[in-house]
Amino acid sequence: MALVELRNVSKIYRLGDEEIRALDDVTTDIAEGEFISIIGPSGSGKSTLMHILGCLDSPTKGTIKLDGVMIHAASSRQLAAIRNQKIGFVFQFFNLLPKLNVLQNVELPMIYSGVSGKERRDRSMAALESVGMSNRAKHRPSQLSGGQQQRAAIARALVNSPKIVFADEPTGNLDSHTGEAILSLFRKLSTEGRTIVLVTHDPEIAAVTPRRIEIRDGKIAEKIDLTLAGLDRSAQTGGSPAGTAA
Amino acid sequence: MKTAPVTVRSSSAAFSTTVVAGFREIWAHKFRSMLTMLGIILGVSSLVAMSALVSGMEKGAKEALVAIGGLEKVRIEPQDIPIDQRHLSDQAVGITITDVVALDKNAPLVTKLSPEMRLSATVSAHGKSFRPWMLIGVWPVALEMSEHIVEHGRMFNEIDDEMARNVCVIGSETRNELWGTPEQEGREIIPIGETIYINGVPFTIIGMFKHYESEQERKTREFAKLEAQKPQPKEVVSRDRGHSHGSRRRGNFVFQLKNSTVYIPLNTMWMKFRTGISVTGYGGGFQPTGGAGGATGDPRLSNLELRIASVETLPEALQQIRNVLMCTHRGIEDFTFRTQEEWAENINTFIRDARLSGGLIAGISLLVGGIGIMNIMLASISERVREIGIRKSVGAATLDIFIQILVESLVIAVLGGLAGLVTSFGLVQMLSSFSPTENAPVVTVTSMLVAFGFSVLVGILAGLFPAIKAARLNPIQALRYE
Repeated sequence: MALVELRNVSKIYRLGDEEIRALDDVTTDIAEGEFISIIGPSGSGKSTLMHILGCLDSPTKGTIKLDGVMIHAASSRQLAAIRNQKIGFVFQFFNLLPKLNVLQNVELPMIYSGVSGKERRDRSMAALESVGMSNRAKHRPSQLSGGQQQRAAIARALVNSPKIVFADEPTGNLDSHTGEAILSLFRKLSTEGRTIVLVTHDPEIAAVTPRRIEIRDGKIAEKIDLTLAGLDRSAQTGGSPAGTAA
Repeated sequence: MKTAPVTVRSSSAAFSTTVVAGFREIWAHKFRSMLTMLGIILGVSSLVAMSALVSGMEKGAKEALVAIGGLEKVRIEPQDIPIDQRHLSDQAVGITITDVVALDKNAPLVTKLSPEMRLSATVSAHGKSFRPWMLIGVWPVALEMSEHIVEHGRMFNEIDDEMARNVCVIGSETRNELWGTPEQEGREIIPIGETIYINGVPFTIIGMFKHYESEQERKTREFAKLEAQKPQPKEVVSRDRGHSHGSRRRGNFVFQLKNSTVYIPLNTMWMKFRTGISVTGYGGGFQPTGGAGGATGDPRLSNLELRIASVETLPEALQQIRNVLMCTHRGIEDFTFRTQEEWAENINTFIRDARLSGGLIAGISLLVGGIGIMNIMLASISERVREIGIRKSVGAATLDIFIQILVESLVIAVLGGLAGLVTSFGLVQMLSSFSPTENAPVVTVTSMLVAFGFSVLVGILAGLFPAIKAARLNPIQALRYE
């Protein structure tokens, strides 16, 4: 059984009489522990797909099963709980709360799962440790570089030990060197057994993942298996040290 | 593959965490929050201060009511004969001692009877003269009837009355006018044994009443006394004199009236001043009737005061009195009842009106404060759309966001409410400095609780709409929001 099962998922918006199919009959599976990218130009529907997979949005048609839960039929309250406990998000613009320090930002998901103060702190520190940010715990996001902010955001995504992590253009706002470091971090997390979905428009970034789903006009265009073509960079550079300073 | 269960809770964040976050948010915008709170502060403090003012008035009015004899006191006064009985006016007897005797025997609900003859007279002694408010000929029972207390000397007794002795008991105001106030003289003069002349007739003062005053007047006077005792010889004497003249406020009218009383025995009044006795009730003004005798020739009284057994039986008692008087007055209705109940009713109506209008105004200012909170919360959430999106993406449920915004609004209101309670004391101090002697405001715990409760309610109501608005934000759009 796959971790995520999408069956004939469509998302249809109506603008007056016009019908816009942001997602059109998408069927795919994501297995546990997979490192996968969703690739497509802007407006292709990849973000919509991620939002639906990430329980931020619900499909118009079709069924989705995430870790055994039929999320297409879940209430908003259940979806909030699923987002909290099974899903981690990493965004292009980091989306840390500017008024809180790094530690408090990382603690945020646990506040909504009712974890006590002491445990919250310990787990947050452990998560920050794993992304190499434990020495910046008391800093405000504004005192950090983009790469550091993204690491803090990754720590926040991981802190509740989610089943799956979605990263929406995680390097889009970083210079190429820092972006490379962040991608290495994802690769490292992948080797630790995390399920990671990378959403990007950039084929070069998509190339780091063993499997890619290309979305075009709301449909899965083709599944390009770069491993077979001998272009899999993750296979070639898999042993490179991850988490170099951003 | 194992499937971890998802714990679904309506609101997962601990409440204390939310409250702390609320405080942090308000602290982050200190000035803005302070301005918002100001509305609540003013609302709460004006509500408390208004209530304190009204309570002060109520207290003053109730004290005055007790001073004139309470609700059980009823006065029978002469009144104009009704139009349909005008042709019988030569048979009208007026209020006489006969009525007193008849009521005493036939109206069991009446416990005390005190006939009165009033005289408009000049009293003089010590080279000064003075017209007291009340120069009344009474029986000794008047002492209890009008709640008088003889502080020096004694009240005249039945024998004094029987023998129509020229004795009198005076109030402190008469003493003040003729011999000077204790403040002016530096000591209290007790003119027992002195002679005063009432319309030229010599009377011996055998007693003096206590100085009546409201609690507030007493406090003010004692404070002034204390001030005067401070050892700054020359300076104080002149200052004290100026002060006592300047602040020679008569205080509450009721107490002033009572202090200005002069009592003489009823018989003495009849013997010495029968031509000057006023028999027209309080409303009719002074009108001497030659040879104050009615159709029966009995001495006419100015009025008759009586006390009934209890307020609960007031209507029944009045009916008894009416029945008896209709008989003794040959069916001619030349008398009327004055009860304190009307006055008490007026006091209550006034207090209720004052409370209502004051409460309304303070309530409106509290409402305006609430609108201020709502306004600032709406501004705050539109600044924080992205924050709300982030919180939702990490798992905040709709209810979590709702509670978060509501708590922030509530924290502003509660802080404002507490500050308002503190401010109200200052406001009350300020208000009482405008009217130092009369009816000092009384801050009541109830009014504070009510005002604080209202501020909390306003906080909740003001937070509801912004909280709903924030909770309904779509997380995807909120995350895209720049």
